Amino acid sequence: MIRQGYTGVPGWVRALAVLAAVVVVLPLLAMVLRVDWGQFIPLVTSVPSLTALGLSLRTSAASTVLCIVLGVPLALVLARDTFRLQGLLRSLVLLPLVLPPVVGGIALLYTFGRQGLLGQALDVLGLHIAFSTTAVVLAQTFVALPFLVVSLEGALRTSGSRYEAVAATLGARPGTVFRRVTLPLVLPGLASGAVLSFARSLGEFGATLTFAGSLQGVTRTLPLEIYLQRETDPDAAVALSLVLVAVAIAVVALAYRRPAVGRAGTGQRTTAPAPAGGNVT
Amino acid sequence: MTLSFQAAVAGRGFDVALTVQPGETVAVMGPNGAGKSTLLAGIAGLLRPDSGMAALNGRTLFDLGDGKGAWAPPHQRGIALLAQEPLLFPHLAAVDNVAFGPRSAGVSKREAKAQALHWLAEVEAEHLAGRRPAELSGGQAQRVAVARALAADPALLLLDEPLAALDIHSAPLLRRLFKRVLAGRQAIIVTHDVLDALMLADRVVILDNGRIIEEGPTRAVLERPRSSFAAGLAGLNFIPGILDGAGVRTREGLRITGHEEEPGLHPGLLVASGPSRTAATLPEAATAGSEDTGVAVFPPSAVSVFVNDAHGSPRNSFAVTITDLEPHGDQVRVRAGSLAADITPAASADLGLAPGMAVHFVVKAAAVAVYAT
Repeated sequence: MIRQGYTGVPGWVRALAVLAAVVVVLPLLAMVLRVDWGQFIPLVTSVPSLTALGLSLRTSAASTVLCIVLGVPLALVLARDTFRLQGLLRSLVLLPLVLPPVVGGIALLYTFGRQGLLGQALDVLGLHIAFSTTAVVLAQTFVALPFLVVSLEGALRTSGSRYEAVAATLGARPGTVFRRVTLPLVLPGLASGAVLSFARSLGEFGATLTFAGSLQGVTRTLPLEIYLQRETDPDAAVALSLVLVAVAIAVVALAYRRPAVGRAGTGQRTTAPAPAGGNVT
Repeated sequence: MTLSFQAAVAGRGFDVALTVQPGETVAVMGPNGAGKSTLLAGIAGLLRPDSGMAALNGRTLFDLGDGKGAWAPPHQRGIALLAQEPLLFPHLAAVDNVAFGPRSAGVSKREAKAQALHWLAEVEAEHLAGRRPAELSGGQAQRVAVARALAADPALLLLDEPLAALDIHSAPLLRRLFKRVLAGRQAIIVTHDVLDALMLADRVVILDNGRIIEEGPTRAVLERPRSSFAAGLAGLNFIPGILDGAGVRTREGLRITGHEEEPGLHPGLLVASGPSRTAATLPEAATAGSEDTGVAVFPPSAVSVFVNDAHGSPRNSFAVTITDLEPHGDQVRVRAGSLAADITPAASADLGLAPGMAVHFVVKAAAVAVYAT
C-alpha cells in the first residue's frame, strides 16, 4: 500500500468537513444519550409500538415491490427509448424527491379521495382508498418511486446498450434480452434502488398523515407513532426513533456496501453498482 | 445465400450498395468516419437507414422509403456481429456465453451446452468453458466471442475490426483462427490492416465519406490502386491526374512519365491504359472535361533522393520539401507531403537529410505505372 502523499485539501476545508460531520452525527448522539435504556425493551415492545412497526414493515415491503414493478419499466423506457417530452417526463417523475411530502399527500387525496379525480369512479367499484392501508402504500410508493428510477436509470446508462445489441444479433428476442442480459447487468443498481425505496417508504410521514391519516393498526406507521408518542411519552418516542435509526443504518450499509472486488468469479468487477440515487435529496 | 444491400443515411452522408456472394468474405476498408460501422450496423439491423432495401437469401431485411416500411429486427436476421471488444456477458461463464445463441433459438439447455462445447473446441478454448469473462485475457475472450457468434449459426457473419483491440501476441493466433473459420463462410470484415484483407478476404471494398470509392479482388486493388487510400494500404506513391500519352499530367501542371509494359508482370510496376475497370470515380481525379483521368503509381523504393536537380531523361524529378524522416525496415522513409522515398540510412546521412530541407525526388519512368481510373 502506497502511503498517501500530497492531497491538496486546504486546512480550512478539513475544518468545515469536521463541522459538517458534527452537524449530522451530534443530534443522533444527543438522541442516543437521551434513551432510557432500562425501559428500552418494554417501550419498543409495547402493543402500539409493535403494531406500528409491523405496519411500517408490511407497507414498506409492499410499496418497494410496487416501486420495482412500476419503476423498472419506467427506468428502462427513460434510459433506452427516445421520445418526445422525455426530459419533461423525467423531471415530473423525479418531482416527489423535492416536493414537500405533505403536498404529495394533498395531491393523492385529490386523486384517490372521495372527492378526488378517480375517487367517485372508485367509489362506484366499492373501493375506498383514502385513510386505508392501501393509501399508506400508495403514499409511500409516490415518494419512493423516484429513488428506484434514478438509481436504475443511472445503472442502465452506465452499462450501455452494447450487450443488448450483441444479444439481439445472436438471435435473442427483446424479452429474452431483458431477462437474460439487461436485468442481470443492472442487478446491483436495482438492488440499491430497491433498498433506498424501502428506506424512503419506512421513513415516510407527511404524505401518509395527509392522505391516510393516523389509525392504529391501519395507517399509523412507525414515524406517525413516534410523532404521537412525543406528546405523551417522550421516552417511548426516543426509543422508537432509535429503532428507525438502526434500520436506516442497516439500509445505508446495504445500499452502499462496496462491491466484492478481487474475488474472482463473482462477475461483479465489470458491473460495479452505480452509487445509486445518492445525488438526490 | 446472397446478401444484397443498398441503403442511405442522410444524416451521415452514407449511401452504399453492396452485394456479397455465397461463401464470399469481403473486407471493408477506409479512413475513420468513412461509414464502415454504419454499414455493419445497417446490415445487422442496429441502425435504421432512411431509405434502401436489403435481402439475405431472398428474405427481406428491410425495404424502406416511398412509404414502405418493411423491417426485420436484429434477432430475426440471422446475422451475427463480432465487434472489436469481445463484449462477453460478464455475468455468464464462457460456456453459457457461447450457449446464448442456441438457447435463444429455443434449443434445450443440455443440447445448447453440447453445441457450446463443440464451438469452444473449434476455437481451441474448451479449457476456458467454466471461466467468467473477467478471468479471460483479451485474446481468450475474443476467441470465446468468435465461438459465441458461430454457435448462433449465422447466415452472415459481420466482423468489426475484430483484431484491433488485441496485443501483438494474440493477433496472429486470432488471424489464423479467422482464416480457418471464415473459409467458405459468408462474412464481411471491417479492418485497418491490409494483412487481414490479404489473408481473410476474397474481395476488398474501400469506403470514403459514406461512398464506395473502389472495389475488387484484394490482390488487384493492392496492385493497381485507384484511390490514394488503397495506394496507402499497398504502400505505393499515388499521383492522380489526366492521362497524357505514356504519362499523367496533374492539375498543377506536373507531368509524370510512365513506362509501357504488359500488365501483371511486376506488382506495383504495372502500366496500362484503357477504359475504367470499375464504376467507381475518384474524387482526386475527378477533373473536368472529357479527358481521361489516370494515375501514376510507383513504390517508394524506386525513388532516389538528390540535393540538386539531376534531371536526366527518361527520369521524373520532383522538387519537394521533406516533411518527415522515419525508420522503415532497414531503410529510412523520406516523406514529402503525400510522396515517399525509401533510401538507406547511409545515403540519408551522406545527404544530411532533415525535415524542412528542399530536395529532389527522382524516379525512372520504367518504375512508374500509369493507368486509367
